[in-house]
Amino acid sequence: MIKHETIEKNIGIMILLIILVISGGGLAEIVPLFFSNSTTKPIEGLRTYTALELEGRDIYIREGCNVCHSQMIRPFRAETERYGHYSTANEQVWEHPFLWGSKRTGPDLARVGGRYSDDWHRAHLYNPRDVVPESKMPSYPWLFENKLSGKDTATKMRVLAKLGVPYTEEDAAAAKEQVEGKAEIDALVSYLQALGKTHSVYNNKR
Amino acid sequence: MSAFWSAWITVITLAVILGCAWLLLATRRSEPHKEATEETLGHSFDGIEEYDNPLPSWWLNMFVATIVFGLVYLTLYPGLGNFKGVLGWTSANQWEEEMAHAEEVYKPIFAKYATMSVEDLQAQPEGLKMGQRMFANNCSLCHGATGAGAHGFPNLTDSDWLYGGAPATIQQTIANGRQGAMPPWGAVLGEEGVRDVTNYVMSLSSADHDADAAVRGEQQFQALCTACHGADGKGVQALGAPNLTDGIWLYGSTFEKVSHTIRTGRNGVMPAHKDLLSDDKIQLITAYVYSLSNK
Repeated sequence: MIKHETIEKNIGIMILLIILVISGGGLAEIVPLFFSNSTTKPIEGLRTYTALELEGRDIYIREGCNVCHSQMIRPFRAETERYGHYSTANEQVWEHPFLWGSKRTGPDLARVGGRYSDDWHRAHLYNPRDVVPESKMPSYPWLFENKLSGKDTATKMRVLAKLGVPYTEEDAAAAKEQVEGKAEIDALVSYLQALGKTHSVYNNKR
Repeated sequence: MSAFWSAWITVITLAVILGCAWLLLATRRSEPHKEATEETLGHSFDGIEEYDNPLPSWWLNMFVATIVFGLVYLTLYPGLGNFKGVLGWTSANQWEEEMAHAEEVYKPIFAKYATMSVEDLQAQPEGLKMGQRMFANNCSLCHGATGAGAHGFPNLTDSDWLYGGAPATIQQTIANGRQGAMPPWGAVLGEEGVRDVTNYVMSLSSADHDADAAVRGEQQFQALCTACHGADGKGVQALGAPNLTDGIWLYGSTFEKVSHTIRTGRNGVMPAHKDLLSDDKIQLITAYVYSLSNK
């Protein structure tokens, strides 16, 4: 019969048993997802981001937008009434890294595309209080001055292609031309307008 | 999920739970004492010694309770591979139930207002209140909480309309959106031309202007601008071309702002809401927007 002293006084056995118990969780909960259709197969008609949207996505990450904005609509009426259809894993299979976020200081942005005009986004990012007086979002005026060089866009696309995003060599070759000289604000706004618009499977009417 | 992965999850989950249960009970059984005694483990650190007592039973029972809870949970809810759980619960069907319940509660209320015209809805305070709430959620980010607008986003509380303020037109605007189409004239007019036309446009609403420049600007205005803004500058609502004579400015009234508009054009966009909001909601928002300028 096993005695608790045996485990408590042999740190090696204790470590082994702890690893065994914890890896049980990972093996049962995480590993099967790598092989499940619902998490690895893209939703019907999903399109990839354009070069400009892709650069916008990197600006979104650089500015830490995901710290205050989630991209994950949960299946509750209170959320779907406000944001549209709840998010599903197959919409996110080409997201590297995913930007679900874990906190909402601002609203969820998973389906913000098309909800506001480009002009609104520009005004709002320049100084949020110009359009939403009670907003506590920071201003991002430098996005209007900084220009994209596009020197890494092709490399980013090739790396994403290695991770399974269906970018072709032609996409990568044409990428620099599409973003070079554009202001960062243009890239970010085009990314925001693409959110939730990369497929049209779900009915977002409420 | 394939049968393999289903079995994989089931076996690992149950093995971990049952393994923990076995470990707990096996070590319990090998305890030297069943009751608390004065006996210590024999070591002493700075005079602190440790009793060799079994785990208090309330503590042990909590461990047992978590294991029992886990097994009950896995019976009721989906957790073991393809086994759906006795309750048949999923997050999606919970959401559907929630939606169905809301439909039952709110549909009759919306149905009551759906058959009323926008004019009749003006006498329905509750309906207007609903419209106001939906306006706050969907429209206030651009048009402001009171509908008074902002730079580039029209004021809905005055009686000045870009596309028209009849109920059917407001409904159209909300459902299908609008796309402003003022082209840039900087390249055509040149800097001097822009200045002249600006002076003429300012003169239309009797704002401060240079009269000589306005005379020169009028000729160019008549050649380039009247197709949309009309010969008298009063605008054409079918095109969304604003009235330039009323002193109401969407993009600012200063000389610099007006000349900027002429030089670089304006393309204000109202997003379409027909794919976002149901018809009965658009109807109530229309009624609320209509009420803002038709008190």
